Amino acid sequence: MLTLNINGQDQELNVPADMPLLWVLRDVAHLTGTKFGCGMAQCGACTVHVDGAPVRACVTPATAVAHGQKILTIEGLSIDGSHPVQQAWAELDVVQCGYCQSGQIMSAAALLAKIPKPTDSDIDQALSGNICRCGTYPRIRAAIKRAADIG
Amino acid sequence: MKSSNPISRRGFLKGSALLGSGLVVAFVLPGAHRFAMGAENQGEVFAPNAFLRIGNDNSVTVLLGHSEMGQGIWTGLTMLIAEELDADWSKIRVEHSPASAADYGLAAFGGMQITGGSTSTWMEFDRYRQAGAAARLMLIDAAARRFNVAPSTLRTEPGVVIAGDRRATYGELADDAGKLPVADPAALTLKEARDWRLIGKPTKRLDTPEKITGRAKFGIDVQFDGLMTAMVARSPVLGGSVKSFEGAEALSIPGVHKVVQVPSGVAVIADHYWAAKLARDALKIDWDLGANAGLDSQVLLEDFRKLAGTAGASASKAGDVEQALSNAAKSIDVEYSVPYLAHAPMEPLNCTVKITQDKCEIWTGTQFQTLDQMIAGKITGLKPEQVEIHTQFLGGGFGRRANPTSDFVAEAVEVAKAAGMPVKTVWAREDDIRGGYYRSAFLHQARVGLDADGSPIAWKHVLVGQSIMAGTLLEASMVKEGVDKTSVEGVADSPYLAKLANHQVDLHSPQTGITVLWLRSVGHTHTAFVMESLIDELAEAAGKDPVDYRRTLLREHPRHLGVLDLAVEKAAWQAPLPDGHALGVAVHESFGSYVAQVAEVSQDNLGIRVHRVVCAVDCGIAVNPLSIAAQMESAIAFGLGFTLHSKLTFKDGQVQQSNYHDYQVLRLNEMPRVEVHIVASSAKPGGVGEAGVPPTAPAVANAVFALTGQRLRELPLQLSGV
Repeated sequence: MLTLNINGQDQELNVPADMPLLWVLRDVAHLTGTKFGCGMAQCGACTVHVDGAPVRACVTPATAVAHGQKILTIEGLSIDGSHPVQQAWAELDVVQCGYCQSGQIMSAAALLAKIPKPTDSDIDQALSGNICRCGTYPRIRAAIKRAADIG
Repeated sequence: MKSSNPISRRGFLKGSALLGSGLVVAFVLPGAHRFAMGAENQGEVFAPNAFLRIGNDNSVTVLLGHSEMGQGIWTGLTMLIAEELDADWSKIRVEHSPASAADYGLAAFGGMQITGGSTSTWMEFDRYRQAGAAARLMLIDAAARRFNVAPSTLRTEPGVVIAGDRRATYGELADDAGKLPVADPAALTLKEARDWRLIGKPTKRLDTPEKITGRAKFGIDVQFDGLMTAMVARSPVLGGSVKSFEGAEALSIPGVHKVVQVPSGVAVIADHYWAAKLARDALKIDWDLGANAGLDSQVLLEDFRKLAGTAGASASKAGDVEQALSNAAKSIDVEYSVPYLAHAPMEPLNCTVKITQDKCEIWTGTQFQTLDQMIAGKITGLKPEQVEIHTQFLGGGFGRRANPTSDFVAEAVEVAKAAGMPVKTVWAREDDIRGGYYRSAFLHQARVGLDADGSPIAWKHVLVGQSIMAGTLLEASMVKEGVDKTSVEGVADSPYLAKLANHQVDLHSPQTGITVLWLRSVGHTHTAFVMESLIDELAEAAGKDPVDYRRTLLREHPRHLGVLDLAVEKAAWQAPLPDGHALGVAVHESFGSYVAQVAEVSQDNLGIRVHRVVCAVDCGIAVNPLSIAAQMESAIAFGLGFTLHSKLTFKDGQVQQSNYHDYQVLRLNEMPRVEVHIVASSAKPGGVGEAGVPPTAPAVANAVFALTGQRLRELPLQLSGV
C-alpha cells in the first residue's frame, strides 16, 4: 500500500512497488488526463507536478513520491479550466489532436510558477521536452506569453 | 439494424450514383428513423437525419461521421450544419457518430466511412449543409402550423423561428417538428455565399474545453469494470511468426491473468499496463523470423537503384524524351532519395474490444470505421453491423489509424477473442515505431534537358518505391497498368510537365516485405521535395532567379502563381536578410489546394536552423480560416520533422529505431515563426489537413542551397561537415 497525495487528497493505493507514477495515476487512480507517449521521458505527455516541479510520471516510481509530496495532475490544475495557462490555451486556440496538451499545459504552468515572465529561451528550455506531433508549438509559445500577462 | 451489408443501403447508393455522375446536389439524408427512435430516450425529440438532434432545451447535437484527430473537423463540419440550420452556436454539442457506412459512408471511398485524404470538408460540403437546411425547413414548418401562417412568411435567427412579433425557439418547436415528415432534400435551397454567417468566419475549436482539462477521452483512456489491458509481443522482423513460447514466468507476475497466442504474436492479459509490460518482457519466444530477416536499408537502396535502370511502368509520357534530351543545350542528371518514415502519433496505437454473443463492441481512435467493422466481423463471425464502434478522439492519425488491414483493430479483436474477456490492447512507443505501415522509401532519378534559354524541353523521371494500394481493396481504383497513383502524384501530374512535349515518367513498385502506408500528404511527401528542388536546380542551371523561373513555367497555372506571388511578397523575397540567412521557395498543389512556402534558414554548429516560414494557401472557399492557419502551422512542423530528422532504417531485418530519442521529430525549440496567408477564393473547397506538408522540405532545401551552395538531395537534410 502506498499513500499518494494527488490533487490535494491522500489516496491509499495498492500497487506494485516498481510501478511508475504514470500507470498508478491512469490505471489505478483512473486519472486519465495524464498521458502515455513514450515511457522513457522523451516526449513529456506524462508531465505532472511534484511539489510544484514538472516531473515525467512515466519514469518516476510511485514509491519515490509517496512521502507526502504533493502530486498535481491536469485534473487538479483547476476545477473548471480557469488556470491562466488554460485560459490562454483557449484564447489562442492552441490544441489540435490534444493528446500532448495535458503535458504541455503542466510544463507551462510549472514554468510560469517559477518564472512569471519567461523569455523565448526560457520557454525553449522548459517546453522542448514536450513533443507535439500536430505542431502546435507557435501557439504554445504565444499562449505561454499570454498566460504570463493574464497572471 | 436494417441491412446485412453496411455499404449497400439506399441512402448511400443514391448518393453514390449522383456523385458518380458529377452531381452533388439532392442527397437522401439517411438515418432519420433510427435516430428519432433513439432520441426519444434522451429527451432529444427532433432528429431529422443522422447528423443532428435538437432537444427541448434548445441543445443541438451534431453527430459527426468523421473522426477528429486534430484537423479540426469537429468544428468545421459543425459550422456547415449550423450555417444552414441557423443554429445558436453556443448551444451546439458534437459527438462522434456510431459507425455506419449507410449513414456516413462516402461515395468516393466505395461508400465506406473513413476520414482521410483531406476530403472531409469538400466531400461533405453539401451533405452537412443539407442536413442543417432540412432541419431548419421542418422547424419553420412546425412554427407555421403553430402560428397558423404560411411558412414563406417566416424567417429564422440563430436558434429561433420568427413570425412578425412572435418567436419560437428551436427547442420549443422540436416536439412538433419531430412529428413532421422528413423534409424532401429536393426542396432544399442552400444559402447564397453572401448570406453566410459562419462559413468563412474564423471560428474557435469546439473541442478545446475537454482538451485543456484532461477530460477529453482518447481510445487509450477507455476504462470500465472488468476491462483488462493487453500487450502483444510481435516478431522483431516484419512478417515473422511464433515457433514456440514459454509463458510461465510472465504468468507469475502479479496482476497477469493470461498469456495467449494470436496471429501477430503472443499477448499477455493483465490488470493494467505495467503488469502487462513486465509480463511481456518476461515472455520467452522462439521466433521464425521469416523471409524478411535479411532486410537492410542500404541494400534496399541499391536494389532500388538497380531497378531504376530497368524498364518500369509508364505513369506519363509524351513525345520522344531521349531524342529531345540529345538535342538539349544543357542537361542535369540527378538522383534524390527519401527514407522509410513512421507516423509516430503521440497516442500510441490502442484498441478496446468487448465481444459478446451477438455483438462486438470496439472503442478506439480510428480513421476507418467501415473496414474495422468488416474485419472485426470476419474475426468474430459476426456481421459487420453487429460490430459497434465507439469512435474516441484520436491522439493524432497522420494516416496510421486507417490502413488496409485495420491492423491494430484486427489484432485487438483477436486478443479479446483469445482471452475471452474485454481487453484494451495497448502498443508501447517501441511497438509503434517498429510495427510496420511506413511511408515507403523512394528513389527518384531525373534527367532534364534545357534549351539555350534555360527552359526545360525534355524531362525523364524514374521513381522507385513501394505501392501502398497494391494488394488492398483500393487497388482496383488506385492502381492502373502497374502505376499506383499515390506513388507518382505530384510528378506525373505536375504542372511543369503538363505542356512539356517530351517527357516520360516511369515507376517501379518493388515488394520488400515492409508494410507501407499513406503518411500525411502521401506521395507528395517525396514528390514535392524532388520536383521543387529540381526546379531550383534548373533555375540555377539557367542562371535565373528561382521565383522568376517558376513564374515563367507556371504562367498558365493561376492558382499556383497566386500563392507563389503572395508568399514571395509577404516574405519580402528581395529584401536584405540578416547575415548568414537565406531564403528558399517552393509551390505545390495537392488535395485540391495550392500552397507556397518561403523558408528562411541559417546554419549553426548543430546544423540547419529554420527561422521563419511564410505560407500562402489557396484552398478555395475557406470554411474556417482559423483552422486553415492552424493546419498550415501543423503541416510545416510535421514536414520539418522529416526534413531535418526522421529516418527509419533496417538492419538484419529489424527496425533500428525505437522511440523518440532515435526516431526524432520536431521539437518546440526548432519551430520557426510561421505566417499564414489565405487567398480569398470562391472556388470549391480543397483539402487542408495535408496540403501544407509538401512544400516545406523543398523550401528548406532550396534555402540551404542558397545559403551554402550545397544541393542536398536526400532527406533528412544533412549538411556535409556538420
